[in-house]
Amino acid sequence: MRVVHYVNQFFGGIGGEEAAGLALESRDGAVGPGRLLEQVLGDGSQVVVTLICGDNYAVEHQDRVTADVVKLVRDADADLFVAGPCFEAGRYGMAAGALCTAVQAELGIPAVAAMDEESPGVDLYREGLYIIDSGANAGAMRDVLAKMARLAQKLVDGQDIGSPDDEGYLRRGLIRDEFTDQTAAERLVDMLMAKAKGEPFESEMTSTSFEPTPMPAGVADITKARIMVITDGGLVPNGNPDNIERVAATTWGSYSMADKNELKGDDYEIYHGGYDPRFVEEDPNRLVPLDALRELEAEGAIGELHNEFISTSGLVNPLANTRRMGKEMVEKVKEEGVDAVILTST
Amino acid sequence: MQITSALPIAKMVGSNRVVLGHGIVHVAGDASLPPEEEKDLRRRLVERALETLESDEQT
Repeated sequence: MRVVHYVNQFFGGIGGEEAAGLALESRDGAVGPGRLLEQVLGDGSQVVVTLICGDNYAVEHQDRVTADVVKLVRDADADLFVAGPCFEAGRYGMAAGALCTAVQAELGIPAVAAMDEESPGVDLYREGLYIIDSGANAGAMRDVLAKMARLAQKLVDGQDIGSPDDEGYLRRGLIRDEFTDQTAAERLVDMLMAKAKGEPFESEMTSTSFEPTPMPAGVADITKARIMVITDGGLVPNGNPDNIERVAATTWGSYSMADKNELKGDDYEIYHGGYDPRFVEEDPNRLVPLDALRELEAEGAIGELHNEFISTSGLVNPLANTRRMGKEMVEKVKEEGVDAVILTST
Repeated sequence: MQITSALPIAKMVGSNRVVLGHGIVHVAGDASLPPEEEKDLRRRLVERALETLESDEQT
């Protein structure tokens, strides 16, 4: 098995904080913890390339470093990409998560990272990635690498991956079908009884937590503001030109409303598998309130309505998808000088 | 700001400005009303949305 290993400047043996601005370097063979990684992976595995990058450089130039790493991993003909263990080093964890995510997506080979659960890289990347729980203490290096190696070998061999507790990775928030002896109702009552008695029990699902979003300042003068409408209700022109999926959409579209004072049902359809679409298909203003906004625009109550609306379908979508699409939408909104957005959600 | 009828979801993900819509199936309308009344209702909803955009208060 050919392995490419990513480490920061510290574990790469180059230096501490003073070397955090170091640009990406590629070295043949294993460096630092990579030697131990080779040992725990066992015979037949070698770290063919070690990539080393300063923590500041990796975070400040993430797009460039990501593109370079993907290319170097491809050139190395690797079967596996390993990043870290990063322990509680925040920037290192952010970089490791971003790089593993990109390598997996673009090259289709398994990638494994390891970091402390408090690392900011965890919440950003846990849903799409196996991140071994390294804890904060670098003294656990061998133990953490052994867990990474065991999981990585299973991924490379295409074996079933066990639960987070069995394998030592941080919960990804995935739900998986499984055969059990007891029905959901029985398990639920057992849990409730345990809770009432103060006994330990384990929930089968933990809810995702969200960081608070800072409150942006209000629009100074709405009568001069450029307003845009975005919807996650899946309204698209007939034929669904951007092939937005009804469930777990991976893409979104932006559609012109120029020269229109209202939306007509004959021109649009709904691509969204989670609600009865008949009412909006009859009158799309019920989702994208163009008729009301045009009136307010004509009266000067708003400065201007952006002549396109953005649409996607928001249904059982992994957060990694929705966060990516949200960021893409924000880029467009900013580029086009929009002051405020009305998001209609079904 | 967000217009939605799924208020718990908006609160869970941390939306700061929320106006309650008129049902999942027609968040900015009400199919049970005559067309003119429905449009008035939609206009009032959009006016409330614009008020939240100007405000610095969480809604």
